[in-house]
Amino acid sequence: MSVTANFTSHRGEFTLKFKAQFEAGTVIAILGPNGAGKSTLLRTIAGLNAVDTGSITINSVTVDEALKIFLPPPARSVGFVFQDYAIFPHLTVLANVAFGPRSRGSGRKAADQLAHEVLIQLGIDDLAERRPASLSGGQAQRVALARALATKPDVLLLDEPLAALDIQTRSKIRIELAQQLSTFGGCTVLVTHDPLDAMLLADRVIVLESGAVVQDATPAEIARRPATPYAAALIGVTLLHGTISHGELALDDGGTLHTADLAASGPVLAVIRPESVSVHRVQPEGSPRNVWPGTITALEASHDRVRVQVAGPPAVVAAVTPGAVAEMGLAPGTRVWLSVKAVDLDVYPT
Amino acid sequence: MNRSRPTSSRPLFLLIPGLIAIAFLVIPLIGLLAEAPWGSFGAILTSPVALDALRISLITSIAATGVAIVIGTPLAWLLAREILPGTRVLRAMVIVPLLLPPVVSGVILLTAFGRRGLVGQWLYSGFGVQLPFTTAGVIIAETFVAMPFLIITMEGAFRSLDGRFEDAATTLGASPWTTFRRITLPLVGPSLVAGAVLCWARALGEFGATITFAGNFPGVTQSMPLAVYQALETDRSTAIALSLVMLTVCIIVLVALRGRYLRPASS
Repeated sequence: MSVTANFTSHRGEFTLKFKAQFEAGTVIAILGPNGAGKSTLLRTIAGLNAVDTGSITINSVTVDEALKIFLPPPARSVGFVFQDYAIFPHLTVLANVAFGPRSRGSGRKAADQLAHEVLIQLGIDDLAERRPASLSGGQAQRVALARALATKPDVLLLDEPLAALDIQTRSKIRIELAQQLSTFGGCTVLVTHDPLDAMLLADRVIVLESGAVVQDATPAEIARRPATPYAAALIGVTLLHGTISHGELALDDGGTLHTADLAASGPVLAVIRPESVSVHRVQPEGSPRNVWPGTITALEASHDRVRVQVAGPPAVVAAVTPGAVAEMGLAPGTRVWLSVKAVDLDVYPT
Repeated sequence: MNRSRPTSSRPLFLLIPGLIAIAFLVIPLIGLLAEAPWGSFGAILTSPVALDALRISLITSIAATGVAIVIGTPLAWLLAREILPGTRVLRAMVIVPLLLPPVVSGVILLTAFGRRGLVGQWLYSGFGVQLPFTTAGVIIAETFVAMPFLIITMEGAFRSLDGRFEDAATTLGASPWTTFRRITLPLVGPSLVAGAVLCWARALGEFGATITFAGNFPGVTQSMPLAVYQALETDRSTAIALSLVMLTVCIIVLVALRGRYLRPASS
């Protein structure tokens, strides 16, 4: 079982160009900013949109081929969890979940039975007679998942499944969802703009920007070596473009950094993690090879660290403790010295 | 929403014309009640002319509403989803009968369905069917004039309906018919009721198009408004009694709809 997608789809001025293969038993996260084409991708796989060129194959059946074949959604074995869930407000939870099996030919009794089974499987059978309006966000998410799973799809599509939840519920539901997805035998495609979803739920991450795939790798690989500034910003690291020769990295936006990689040459990307950047009020002495001055442009709190954005060149993000911010009197506009060890620069070819 | 405001924000230059407007609308109703023949009310309403008019009005207005629901609801859906080419022109065409003087609607219907009309001559020569001056003609006149109320209400309802409900039903395996029947229609149910009641009330009050297209024949095409009009020339108290019946129906409709028509988007 697998999904092969190689198509373009035009929505007005926007064009989505997508090529990838998804294997059964894996969770693929589609990560990208708003307007990147993430929802268009899901809708096209589901059959709510048609391809303009190319084709989509599910389980070695071509479900969509430009101008030749188009199987409508009911003819595809696809489950769809919509953003905000789109639970039918006039039906009970049970009727919502039984809707799929009923529509696909089961009798009322068999469909209700199946719906109960799925609700039990997800631990929410007590909600069966509830009206959607009385559900909390987390409950609605589970019901939407149950409804999508009740048709026993080969492909499960989730559009921002956690975006509608508040932060506390989100981390709880995320853990639950990870467990449920791991028991789902089919192939899961999950659209998100939250890197945490991608890191914790997916086996593989495809970064989509402006309608094109810019990176397709494991979550660890994306975290270690993001391919674009967008991906780097999501991960929370600084990504620099430059040209390396004999360990000297000449940055495209000005400045030179020393690296530990003496062999590499040519155009490269360099990642600097915020924890590797030290911030000083006076020019530091000693071992770090890279020392340069800069001006703080912004401070933002994140967990137990404060992220300090500094204009360089090169501009970087440093992570310091709240105590350090107070001690050194860091504020936007403060002139500081930055230092990074050569070994803390991760350099890789573009 | 209805919080009372301090008196200072009720300027006289709005208050006085407003009160005049209220008087203008309410005094005629009081006049009708004052002149009502309360003693002979029962006798008037059970007279053959009144009973015939009541019967014809009920049958034709309900039939017109039924036709409007069956063909108007699908049109409203097509307009809301902008499926047909020239949706904007079509939408304007739908509203035309609302703005047109009803007499003109009657003339239009004669040119289309009259014995020498565009469709009418073909119906007559081919099937021997004649619509003008029949009860069916009354239904057609009422449908023509009243259906836009239903279409406009339903189009608004379809438009404000979240399209993802229909998308979700489709991905769950529902055919377009199942989706429409089990998801779309129930979700717009309240609007359908509101639109149907409005349409029915308009059909019940229809006068101009009916008298022009279907004529004024007691027992065949004479509906309540036509009977009121005719009675006014011969028997004023009958006209007033029948008018009171219509007024009562209006008030019942108003109470039944309450906020629905005033806030159709919130259905």
